[in-house]
Formats: sequence, structure tokens, C-alpha cells
Amino acid sequence: MSSTLFLVQVLNGLQFGVLLFLIAAGLTLVFGVMDFINLAHGVQYMLGAYLAVAFYGVFDNFLVALVLALLAALAFGLLLEFLVFRHLYARDHLDQVIATFGIILFLNHAVRLVWGAAPLTLPVPEFFTGSISLMAGLHYPVWRLVIIAAGLGVAALLYLLVSFTRIGMLVRAGSTNAAMVSALGVNIERLFMFVFGFGSMLAGFAGIMIAPIISVEPGMGTNILILAFVVIVIGGIGSIRGAFVAALLIGLVDTLGRSFSVDILRLFMAPSPARMVGPALASMLIYVLMAIVLYVRPSGLFPARGR
Amino acid sequence: MGKLTVSVAIAAALGCCWAAGAQAEDNLKVGLITTLSGPPAVLGQQLRNGFSLALKQLGGKLGGRETDLVVADDELKPDVAVTKVKALLDRDKVDFVVGPIFSNILGAIEKPVTEAGVFLISPNAGTSTFAGKECNPNLFVTSYQNDQVHEVLGEYAQSSGMKKVIIIVPNYQAGKDAAAGFKHKFTGEVLDEMYVPLGQLDYSAELTRIAAASPDAVFAFLPGGMGVNFVKQYRQAGLADKIPFLSAFTVDESTLPAQQDAALGMYSGANWAPNLDNPQNKAFVDAYLKEYNAVPATYAFQAYDTALLIDSAVRAVKGNVADKDALRAALQKADFRSLRGDFKFNTNHYPIQNFYLAKVAKRPDGKYETEIVKTVFSKYGDSYAKDCPMK
Repeated sequence: MSSTLFLVQVLNGLQFGVLLFLIAAGLTLVFGVMDFINLAHGVQYMLGAYLAVAFYGVFDNFLVALVLALLAALAFGLLLEFLVFRHLYARDHLDQVIATFGIILFLNHAVRLVWGAAPLTLPVPEFFTGSISLMAGLHYPVWRLVIIAAGLGVAALLYLLVSFTRIGMLVRAGSTNAAMVSALGVNIERLFMFVFGFGSMLAGFAGIMIAPIISVEPGMGTNILILAFVVIVIGGIGSIRGAFVAALLIGLVDTLGRSFSVDILRLFMAPSPARMVGPALASMLIYVLMAIVLYVRPSGLFPARGR
Repeated sequence: MGKLTVSVAIAAALGCCWAAGAQAEDNLKVGLITTLSGPPAVLGQQLRNGFSLALKQLGGKLGGRETDLVVADDELKPDVAVTKVKALLDRDKVDFVVGPIFSNILGAIEKPVTEAGVFLISPNAGTSTFAGKECNPNLFVTSYQNDQVHEVLGEYAQSSGMKKVIIIVPNYQAGKDAAAGFKHKFTGEVLDEMYVPLGQLDYSAELTRIAAASPDAVFAFLPGGMGVNFVKQYRQAGLADKIPFLSAFTVDESTLPAQQDAALGMYSGANWAPNLDNPQNKAFVDAYLKEYNAVPATYAFQAYDTALLIDSAVRAVKGNVADKDALRAALQKADFRSLRGDFKFNTNHYPIQNFYLAKVAKRPDGKYETEIVKTVFSKYGDSYAKDCPMK
């Protein structure tokens, strides 16, 4: 095992982490500000990918598809907010879980009726199809670098929005004490709608950016949703900074675990049991990490202030 | 007078309905159990389409008898499958159960169907469980024994002089069976066996390790969406042109619409391909394309063959499906023109047939299909048949 191999795997881990952050950012925003558990975040991510494929089919241009799909994801998010979620803010978490779970079932089935059950694909945009050579025999697709850049861009944008703008200030205030903000004359409902719409758009954006490297299929949001929840729980619910750090941490731990667990176990085990135990251990690692973090810091690495 | 009219009317009404009832009783009933929800629905739909197409071409009749097809969705859950199958047996009183796609479902429904004295014909799942000691007189499998497909690639890697391979499969029973099937024929060095979690999205860590090890070939069994992700990322990492990609159930007509150019030139093992050269197969592929605007995969062709098999057997017993022994003998004869050419049943009711190495190619109409490269096994039966007590 060379140090190049290790460095490439670290890069892979960071890239996976950024990808997770793209998905978790919207989730933690909605959860933190509105105290609303939105299990449907995963299907909104799926919908973003499907919309991009659909618009790409019509216009044959990635950029146009990206913009239209983002707008459609936003519109759909607002529609969901208006029809369903708005009536759930005051209810307890269990009601929210059940209602948003219903939306998962509904939307997973709906995309299957509209687009069919077969996996679909979105090509990498022409301009970014190239790759760079990181080590002998391995190309690193430029599109993955674009995903990293997009993730860092979203992180920076969120940081600026939340820390330095008026709406960011309201968001922070709302996450600390929504009733008080409302009493001070801020239209909290409109603020929530804005946050929710933005969260939906982030979910859609994640789906669109990831679509060129994975298959677009019904249910694609379900697995990723679990990981996104692990990220926001480790990071501290409602904290963008926490989500960012936790996403990178999980990306690294998961990727390095998958890459090297068997090799490490082989140092003190026979090869064939090492092959069996390694993968099992690797897929547990992130949950072990979550358990340890929760034991040491029950409200996550960066708990949002005032909660 | 009024009273009489009413009585006559009632009698007539009853008569009509009795007649209609008798009519329906006369129809042959086939229950089709397949997966129609979740992502694997695309396979289940191929199965349903293949069977329906055959039934349509036979004029809605199997063996000369009007046939009712009852379709049930197993949702890929064994408990649901058992409930649905019991409904097919008790409520619909079907004469045949055709299905399922997945092996774990076959394990669940085999007993309820065969113990009810009904024939179960599996157009896809072919577990080792029912191929050996536990073979069942009322179960026929028209696809293959699962191991055989993996053996095709092991044999190809071995016979073409490959020395070092890497195996990548999901970390569950079928994945381990796939690796075992491949290694059954391949005796060279296995540099690494990667067991990935079911449903993994991003394979960059595995691809990096493959590139670092630079094997002579990669053997993959990554069904459905996993295969789509892996194949796209394998191509994007620049490995597709350097390291031959041997696979089972990873590149086929159900995943190619999503993989497209990324899968070109990749290999798979199969008992059939859309370009298999015989007149009945050409007609089938054309008809399927026309009806469903998609290239059929093995699931569709095996279902089509299953319909032909039932047709031939019911015809041989002159429609008298109550005589189970005669019907079983007629099924065992497999007296129909299979789309794959030569076909017969082994003593364990699994097929003896050819297996091919196939390669992904683009069709003139812009769609994608697998095409036969060479025959790897001829008239090949599975290794479990010798343990089956049926003669």
C-alpha cells in the first residue's frame, strides 16, 4: 500500500463527505430552524434528479436542465409546504414523521408511474467530461471535482447567508425561540416558508449534481436519507457548521474503513475471516462513530446555541 | 300471468349466469406472481410482458383452451408473496403458478404451491435448494440454476488465460454464491474479494483499489441500480478500456437504458441474447420491441418460453389438466420451440442448455443490447442434479 493510494482514498472520502453535506444541509436547516422532521427530504432529492433528467430530455442542455429543475424543485417544495407541512409545524414529532413518511411512499410511487421503474441516467455535462490522472491507471473524473466545488460553494453561501444577512439573523433567531421572534412582529410563517423552500431547493440541487455519477431510480433517496440523518445528529441538529464537519468526518471514516479494514484485519487474522469481518465492520463504523459522539456530546459536535 | 313472467325472467337470469359461471370455470387459469413494486419492478414487468406477449400471440389460449391470466405483485417480500399465492390457489383456483423473479421468494412459495398439487413454473429464480436433494416433482425451472451464470464467467476467465482477478459482489447470500460460482471454474489467483453493502452508491474507494491492483479482469455481480452506478463510475475512472469487465446480472437490457455508452464492450454471462440467431427469436424480439418499445432481457424471453411450455403441455394432455401425472410428463418433455434453440429438462426439472459469453453493443435503432460473443458451455446441466432422487 503506497502513500499515493492512501491520499487518493482520502480525496475519495472528502468527496463523499461533500456529497453528504449537500444533502444534509437542507435537512439540518429545516430541522434546526423549524423543529420539523422532514423525512421527505430524501424524496425531494430524488425528485430533483428526476426533474433534471426530464428537462435534459427536452432541452438537451445541462445548464438549462439544472436551472429549470431547481425552480421546479423549489415550486414543488413550496406546494408541499402549503398543502401538507404547514399544518404539521405545531404537531409533535411523531405526527410529522408519519405524515412525511406518507409523502415518501406517495412520491416513490408517483415517480414510478411517471418515469417507470427502470433506472434513468443523466450524462455528465460536455464541458466537464474529462478526467485527471491521480495515480497510475486511475482517472479522477472532473465532474467529481465539480461536485466538491459545488459542495464547498453551498457551504460558503450558507455561512454568509446565515451569519451576515438580515434573513440569516431571523433564521438564527427563529431557531432559538420562534415564539419570541413572532411576538416581535416578524412574519414567522413566511420565514418558515422561505426556509423550507430553500431546503427543498438544496435537496433538489444535491440530486441534480449527483445524478451524473449514479443511477436515477425510485427509492434512491431512502438510503441517503439515513446517512444524512447520521450527519446532522453527529454535527448537532440545526448547525450548518456541524453538518459540514460531520459530513466530511463520515465521508472519510466510511471510505477509509471500506478501503483498508480488510488490510488492517489481515495483520492479525487469517485472510478469509478478514474478508468476511472487514466489510461488516466497515459498514458499522459510521454508526459506531455516531454512538461515541452521542455518548461524549449528547447534542452533537456543534450544538446550535440556545437549544 | 305477471307472476309467471317474473319467474321466467328470474329463471332466464339465473340461466344466463349459470352459463357464464360455467364458461369461466372452463377457462385455464394461470397465476403470475412477480415483483411489480420498488426499483426491481423493471424486472417483474419484463416477466409479465414476456408472458402476456406469448399469450396474445397464441390468441389468448394455452394448449387450445381460453386462458385467464391473474397477475399478483409479491413486493419482493416473502410473507406478502405467500399471502398472494394462497389467494391465487384458494380464491382463483389457478392451474399453474408462474413466478417469481427473486430466489428468496421462490423459497417462500415453493411449498404452498406444490403441496396444493399445483404446478409451479419459475421463469427466473433457480436456487440450488430445489435442484438437488429437495427437487420437487411439481416444480419446473425454465431459466437456469443460479450458479451456472457465474460459472460461465469463471470458465471464460480461466480458458482465456487470465491469471489475476478481483471479485466485487454485494455482502449478502446471493453475492457470496456468485463469488463461489465464479471461483468454482476459475482457479487462478483472486487478488481481492470486495463485499460491498447492498445499495452502495459511490464506488470510488473500490475503483481506486482496483486501479492500484491492476488485475487481468474484474468479475462483478451488482444487480439493478448498483450495477448502473458501478458501471458508470468504472467507465468514468478510465478502467473500462483497460481491465475487462466480466459480470452477471449487471449489464443487461433492463439496466442498459441507464448505462448506455458506459457499458459498451462489457461482458456478461447468459443463456440467451436478443441477437441469438434463430427465426423464432428474431420474431419474438421484433414483436416485443413493437409492443413495449424496449429490448427484451432474459426475464422476458424466459417468461415467453414458459408460456410456450405450458401451451405445449396442455395441448399434449388435450386440455385435461386434472390428470397431474400426464401433465407432469408432458411438461417434462418440453415439446416446444424455445427461443434459445436447444432446450430440455434435466431429471431435476432444471434446463439443460447452452451458455454464452455476451457483450454490450449498440443497436442500429440506437437502443442497447447484449450480443453473443461465443458459446462457453454446450448442453450444460447443473451440478446438483445428481443428488435429485427424481429419475
